[in-house]
Amino acid sequence: MNEITKEILKSVSDYNDGYKDAYSIRENGCGVARKSTENIKIEDKEDAPGLVIRVKPGTKGERVSIPACVTHGNIDDIVYNDFYIGEGADVLIVAGCGVHLDTGEPARHNGIHRFFLGKNSHVVYQEKHVGTGRGPGIRSIDPVTEITLDEGSELEMDSLQLGGVDKTIRKTSAVVGKEAHLIIRERILTDGEQEAVTDFVVEMNGENSGVNLISRSVAKGSSHQAYRSKIIGNAPCTGHSECDAILADNGKVDAAPELSANHEDAALIHEAAIGKIAGEQITKLRTLGLTEAEAEAKIVAGFLK
Amino acid sequence: MLKINDLTWSAPDGGRVLRGVDLEIPDNKLVVITGPNGGGKTTLAKLISGLETPDSGSIELDGTDITKLDITERAKLGISYAFQQPVRFKGITVSDLLELAAGEKLSVGEARSYLMRVGLCAREYINREVNDTLSGGEIKRIEIATVLARHSRLSIFDEPEAGIDLWSFNNLIDVFTDMRKNLNGSLIIISHQERILSIADEIVVIADGKITMQGEADKVLKCLLSDDPSCMECPKKEVHYHGGEVNE
Ligand SMILES: Nc1ncnc2c1ncn2[C@@H]1O[C@H](COP(=O)(O)OP(=O)(O)O)[C@@H](O)[C@H]1O
Ligand SMILES: [Mg+2]
Repeated sequence: MNEITKEILKSVSDYNDGYKDAYSIRENGCGVARKSTENIKIEDKEDAPGLVIRVKPGTKGERVSIPACVTHGNIDDIVYNDFYIGEGADVLIVAGCGVHLDTGEPARHNGIHRFFLGKNSHVVYQEKHVGTGRGPGIRSIDPVTEITLDEGSELEMDSLQLGGVDKTIRKTSAVVGKEAHLIIRERILTDGEQEAVTDFVVEMNGENSGVNLISRSVAKGSSHQAYRSKIIGNAPCTGHSECDAILADNGKVDAAPELSANHEDAALIHEAAIGKIAGEQITKLRTLGLTEAEAEAKIVAGFLK
Repeated sequence: MLKINDLTWSAPDGGRVLRGVDLEIPDNKLVVITGPNGGGKTTLAKLISGLETPDSGSIELDGTDITKLDITERAKLGISYAFQQPVRFKGITVSDLLELAAGEKLSVGEARSYLMRVGLCAREYINREVNDTLSGGEIKRIEIATVLARHSRLSIFDEPEAGIDLWSFNNLIDVFTDMRKNLNGSLIIISHQERILSIADEIVVIADGKITMQGEADKVLKCLLSDDPSCMECPKKEVHYHGGEVNE
């Protein structure tokens, strides 16, 4: 494992010369270190590059880290990871990714993650993306996340990209079963010429299912972001999607939320707000002694916290 | 001392809002500014704290002309303004805001004490975001707490009573009474509340963009509470009390 990988691992996960629980580290398209535990088994996927991760029913309080790093140009890494979460398990999954370039060649990581949550299981899924290095090459991270939630299960997904990634297309789809809940919190900061596309499709198929999509984004420089979400209510369910975006400089944001209710007891709400930082917020912080630039930085940092 | 000289300000639509305000705010006194809605009280507070720039006139703090200083520079000189309509922030917590106001990291105990002073249960509020889940009264009290945390040279509270329940209001009266006793600078409260007027050292009445009355609190208050219409409704009949002397 090279030094750049170690730096990336520290910034996207809680790497500290290793991980306490189960893990698998991917570097430039290859698995370089792995550990399974009694309750969390990580194996190679047979038909494609990637892993099959199985969490035993009833496993509580454990975590599994599956970071992926790309540390030089001309790599187009695709990986397929499947997670099977046993009934009643409650675990944390950390899937950080970093692309580092010191040259002009592009590099990309494309992680396709499928989650199958068993009955009454609970998963917190953290996904942090960074781009680093001085090279002008284009750093792309294109995650695909497919989620299947069985009865009574809950997935909380925290997705964070606070800089350095030039292009990202993030596709997340979910099928939510009876009394299951999906919560997705996404925070994205783009700057310069960066582009970010977010695409959520959530099908609410189970009675009393719920989804809450919360997206906060800041588009600075000449960057561009697009937010698309579609919540389809096929059963009595509650769905809420909220897209809040701050524009700075010449940043651009498109938001296209869509709600489809196919059941009379589907209650779906969407909120979207795009605009520059409210002038009164800057004014207020300036009355506390901050300069305009300090005030703006605080507001953005708080917004993306 | 804060000295305001012949200050005028017009709204962006061109309407004259302040029509020549002259005012001296002495140190170590509680000055309450009152008067009818729309009279120009908030505008005056905004001009003092730099949120608006006057058309003409000047503002001096301790002999220095601050008219041209921006908001940040005035804040750094120790001018604080608790807004009539506090601002909400997504993602900034009450404790973040208190620390920004104090200009330093606060211990949990210190942060708590500011919240308790304005009648908020610290445990419940300290990590809350200052966003639109807070009620009008809650955000108002947090706004007041941030100004308390600044320990300013000059503090201005703009209608602190608005939206606040009676119990918290009693608390606030205690806070202001206490501040008045231990004043180390100037304290201006803009208020319609008789109980706040009654703890003032001086009262200033602003109506229709002009000061119509100013003087020792008990004298002005007596006049305000009397039915004599000449007190409020006829700005021509100005009564200025300066240090007890009557200048008609
Ligand atoms: N930005 C503005 N644009 C237009 N009118 C304004 C603006 N600010 C203040 N005004 C007007 O100035 C007058 C005084 O307002 P304000 O200072 O808020 O009064 P007060 O605080 O005494 O109630 C009001 O008539 C108000 O409508
Ligand atoms: Mg006002």
